[in-house]
Amino acid sequence: MKIRIKFAKEGTMKFIGHLDIMRYFQKVMRKADVHIRYSEGFSPHQIMSFASPLSVGAESRGEYVDIEVLDTDSSAEMLKRINEAMVDGMEALSYKLLPDSAANAMSIVAAADYVVRFREGHEPKDWHVFAAGLEEFLNQKEILVTKKTKKGEREMNIRPMIYALSPVDSKEQAIFMKIATGSAANLKPDAVMQAYKKSLGEELEPFALLITRMEVYANTGSEDAPEFTALEAFGDDIE
Amino acid sequence: MKKLALRDEILLSVQQPARYLGNEMNAVMKDPQKVDIRFAMCFPDVYEIGMSHLGMQILYAMFNQREDVYCERVFSPWTDLDQIMRQEHIPLFALESQDPIKDFDFLGITIQYEMCYTNILQVLDLSGIPFHAEDRTEEDPIVIGGGPCAYNPEPLAPFFDLFYIGEGETQYGPLFNLYKENRKKGGSRVDFLKEAAKLPGIYVPMFYDTAYHEDGTIASFKPNLPGIPETIKKELVLEMDKAPYIEKPVVPFLKVTQDRVVLEIQRGCIRGCRFCQAGNVYRPLREHSLEYLKHYASEMLKNSGHEEISLSSLSSSDYTYLKELVTFLIEEAEGKGINISLPSLRIDAFSLDVMSKVQDVKKSSLTFAPEAGSQRLRDVINKGLTEEVILKGAAEAFHGGWNRVKLYFMLGLPTETREDMEGIALLSEKVAELYYDEVPKEQRNGKVQVVASSSFFVPKPFTPFQWATMCTKEEFLERAYIVKDKFKEMLNRKSLKYNYHEADLTVLEGVLARGDRRVAPVLEEVYKKGAMFDSWGEYFNNDLWMVAFETCGVDMDFYTVRERSLDEVFPWDFIDAGVSKEFLKREWLNAINEKVTPNCRQKCSGCGARVFGGGVCFEDKN
Repeated sequence: MKIRIKFAKEGTMKFIGHLDIMRYFQKVMRKADVHIRYSEGFSPHQIMSFASPLSVGAESRGEYVDIEVLDTDSSAEMLKRINEAMVDGMEALSYKLLPDSAANAMSIVAAADYVVRFREGHEPKDWHVFAAGLEEFLNQKEILVTKKTKKGEREMNIRPMIYALSPVDSKEQAIFMKIATGSAANLKPDAVMQAYKKSLGEELEPFALLITRMEVYANTGSEDAPEFTALEAFGDDIE
Repeated sequence: MKKLALRDEILLSVQQPARYLGNEMNAVMKDPQKVDIRFAMCFPDVYEIGMSHLGMQILYAMFNQREDVYCERVFSPWTDLDQIMRQEHIPLFALESQDPIKDFDFLGITIQYEMCYTNILQVLDLSGIPFHAEDRTEEDPIVIGGGPCAYNPEPLAPFFDLFYIGEGETQYGPLFNLYKENRKKGGSRVDFLKEAAKLPGIYVPMFYDTAYHEDGTIASFKPNLPGIPETIKKELVLEMDKAPYIEKPVVPFLKVTQDRVVLEIQRGCIRGCRFCQAGNVYRPLREHSLEYLKHYASEMLKNSGHEEISLSSLSSSDYTYLKELVTFLIEEAEGKGINISLPSLRIDAFSLDVMSKVQDVKKSSLTFAPEAGSQRLRDVINKGLTEEVILKGAAEAFHGGWNRVKLYFMLGLPTETREDMEGIALLSEKVAELYYDEVPKEQRNGKVQVVASSSFFVPKPFTPFQWATMCTKEEFLERAYIVKDKFKEMLNRKSLKYNYHEADLTVLEGVLARGDRRVAPVLEEVYKKGAMFDSWGEYFNNDLWMVAFETCGVDMDFYTVRERSLDEVFPWDFIDAGVSKEFLKREWLNAINEKVTPNCRQKCSGCGARVFGGGVCFEDKN
């Protein structure tokens, strides 16, 4: 049985790197007595794969891990057990049964939502001007950034990888963005903010951003007319 | 979000921020306001090393069982953070509460090896605690030292308020109670130390004075206050099953050295190897019952989610119920993806059978520790492992499908001759030849691989070799070259590999292991000049040490290569570790005469540990 778990990674856990999170989840699975399937052989490992690594320093309310289990209790019961085994800052949010034919999360990731805030001392001078400028920035046909590669520097247009960019709401100083994520095209929220800052003639200072990933999506439409479906929507709750 | 001592910018600039966060699975969270005693438990090395240490986890669990105590952890900040903390004046903090160490009642430092001594000073320095016990005020924590190096605490004497000699399970309770009483009475730091000094196993260095002869040896070592005991008897647990163990091990996010459940099956050792400090100071052997171990094995696996369990003891094969325990663990592990690792097993039919069940024969190697290259020298060190036994074990292993063998040796052992050294190569060659003799060509799983490693011998206090002279650096290296050259002559040299350790470090270890109070200023000097993380090859700087010895006018040779007379007073003689000086002397003479002493189960040799009234000494007496 294929299971998809959505989880949050917040607080001090944002400093724990992806590899350590993978190892941590293996321990949580045992501790929570999840009947996970193991590979064959002398050093069996758990059948487990993560959707998309999160940068160290970023928080998330929308991380995903796929596992295979031999049997399972209800989603509510499994969430309870897993959360009892979790540490502060880690929380399982949903536990869904996937159809057997479902592709694994990693292979279908296409986009992600982020909320970006500014760390104290790094806020834009005039928030309203800063927020208002986002629309015009997004209205450009091309947003060129210089990307460092092994062979030197390369100009890249990131505009097609930005699906949404706007202030979250009028109440707080935060920016929402939906951007390409995954193996086909991958954009990082800091790269977007860097490009925007540059368009304003400013530099993005190191450590200026507080990033939270909110959701990860697959593209269930076409390349030209993408339709984004949250990864948890591919499965169903177990009663 | 939990409060952190370090800003995000710092945590995102250093390697492995997880070293400094706490919040691991099973880390104990308490409200510091609601306890009477705050204890910072320190392992003075980097997190990944410290978190692999069993003793610290045992005491952490035990202390936190008390409602009035909150025990937290602290490790040496790695060099990158160390630098930032100094620049920004950030005080060293404990992982759980992230509060400064300076605000704690106790700072307990476990001292596992000599080359961490400069890191002890780093921890004090970054905490803002004066180096010298006599300079500390009522505002400073009581600094306690424990662990194997506390069996010769003298080179560290000025830096500690007290040392706890022996196993921690017994006297911390009384010590905490004393602390609370003293505070209630409005007593001072010194009042507390005076009372603590009267507890069994507690040594308060400031209450003792040393006088020296003209030749530099110790004339006398005496308390300087009335009521302070002249000797300190080590503490130990007599009924192992009554001692608490770990139910919920703290599980690091980082991949630490010991990333598994560790089950301590017994303490002490019956073997009596004459070079081994642990084998002497942890006497007598005391075992846990099978039931106790089953309980804790299941609990710890369940509560940690670890994928591996390992047995811990000095010689697991001597555990009475090993077969039953291993069978239980194999059943427990079945289908749960749990590995079993079995270190320090004697290689025989039983252990090979077990190992073939729990590991991949093709990928694993077998380890033997002959320690010396010839039977003569193995008799000198009382290592009861004969060539016959090694070859028999190896032959069985080769038939079982193994083709990789590791052999551990020491160089620079007392009475060692050229023949003994060359014996290392010869024995390795014999093991390789055996493979080709025993395994027919068509059954061979590739070539045989024999890796021999030698470390340099350091004489340790409370061993029969505490009287031995140590080699100089040049002598050590010369001996390693002799072995290396001999390996080149071997027929199967392409299947053999020989490694040897660093010699500079060994000489320093020798000075610190048998040092006295006069070595302490060197530690302070070398730390001030930048020495830290000396057990890390990339940070060890021998020149700094040489200059520091020079500056302080301390002669290293006095502690290493000097001949010690049988009646010399040693800096650690005030400690009663159970094994008597008379026994050690007898054993030293037996060593020189190449006379083997039987193990504790074969025959009692009257080492002195019988006075504790328990363990192997009384096994067949009920």
